[in-house]
Amino acid sequence: MLDSLPRFMAGAWLSLKLIGLALVVGAALSLPIAFARVSRRRALWMPAFAYIFCFRGTPLLVQLYLIYYGSGQFPWIHDSWLWPLLRQPFGCAVIAFALNTAAYQAEILRGGIMAVPAGEVEAARALGMGPWLILRKIVLPQALRLTLPAYGNEIILVVKSSSLASTITLLDITGVARGIVAESFAVYEAFLDAGAVYLILTFLITRVVGALETRLMRHLRREDLGAAPVAEPYGA
Amino acid sequence: MDLQGFGGQILIGAGLTLAVAALSMIFGLVIGGFGAAAKLSRRRALRGFADAYTTLVRGVPELLILLLLYFGGTVLLTWIAGEYVEVNGFGAGLFALSILCGAYTTEVLRAAIQAVAPGQIEAARALGLRQPTVIRKVLLPQVWRLALPGLGNVWLVVMKDTSLISVVGLEELMRKSNIAAGATHQPFTFYAVAALIYLLFTTVSVIGIALLERRARRGLARA
Repeated sequence: MLDSLPRFMAGAWLSLKLIGLALVVGAALSLPIAFARVSRRRALWMPAFAYIFCFRGTPLLVQLYLIYYGSGQFPWIHDSWLWPLLRQPFGCAVIAFALNTAAYQAEILRGGIMAVPAGEVEAARALGMGPWLILRKIVLPQALRLTLPAYGNEIILVVKSSSLASTITLLDITGVARGIVAESFAVYEAFLDAGAVYLILTFLITRVVGALETRLMRHLRREDLGAAPVAEPYGA
Repeated sequence: MDLQGFGGQILIGAGLTLAVAALSMIFGLVIGGFGAAAKLSRRRALRGFADAYTTLVRGVPELLILLLLYFGGTVLLTWIAGEYVEVNGFGAGLFALSILCGAYTTEVLRAAIQAVAPGQIEAARALGLRQPTVIRKVLLPQVWRLALPGLGNVWLVVMKDTSLISVVGLEELMRKSNIAAGATHQPFTFYAVAALIYLLFTTVSVIGIALLERRARRGLARA
């Protein structure tokens, strides 16, 4: 374990880069998709529905292979501005993971948007707030707060699916473990070490999301419940 | 679309994908039943074991579990047998997916069992029903209804996770597409075909789950 520690650290760093980029790009993509999905206009909600349906209905591995191997089939892609990204496995992995998590995040966000009470939006409108202001100050903050636990789950799913990067030659945590197994056939050591690294990652993320949740919910928490005088039942 | 004679192979692969997914789901349900019973047990050791199982399996990537069981199984069996034994892709894949599916169903079934109103069990006991009858006639029908949405999700996840088995060489839908993509130099075409087949499977599943849910809810007053 100690000998391979530097390699696992490098693998963890690559995994973290993949996860971070995928989550940020995916979150940015999920916003317009979620709002298109809740729209009443057919031209908006139908493409969003199709996008979410396709990305959630097929395995991530297929999506990854379609982008990494599939993009090579068309000569016109070689000449496009996307080619520097699609040529190397890292760019393909980020694209595939981001497109995939965008579909899941859009679905989470949709649940949050629909859970914001209609009365609050009407009240904001009655106060003369414009649509952008309502979105920024009323809808999004509440939608994010309501969906935080689901976001935490999604982050962990992205951490876990990032291991697929090893199938397109990237040396992420799983890739490093597979490399060690191929060299030394130390199967249990390598894969159990990699498993431990993932467990530490998921544990840390659960903690951070939990802390964030307590902070965002602080206005709803009843202050010092323990210290408050408790009304005795039956006036004892 | 021209599949250059690979259509039949891909259909065989699709059949294998369905078979692995269905078998994993059945084994996973059995494991999940025991897991949920262990989680709700009064024995501390059983609860601890079940908690460790679900935490470990759900906190580690599916691909890693599959690789560990595939390569690790080969090492373990070779060590036991004293000669080189190779675990085949089907066995390792099925085993890994069942373990995975078991962890998810454990959580779904535990939540469903806990959601059945305790008064119902007490009422059944007060009527003089014995424990097996209570479980069969009162608990299980309600657990089925409450667990169905969760189990449906697990099924969709398991079906998509079967694609990972292609990494250890089982010739299911994904691996067959791999081979065809390599032979014809048309990766996009064949991975797109695989994606469409997966999409078909999930669509049919979603419809089937909705019908099952409606059936399980029959006789229930609508809110």
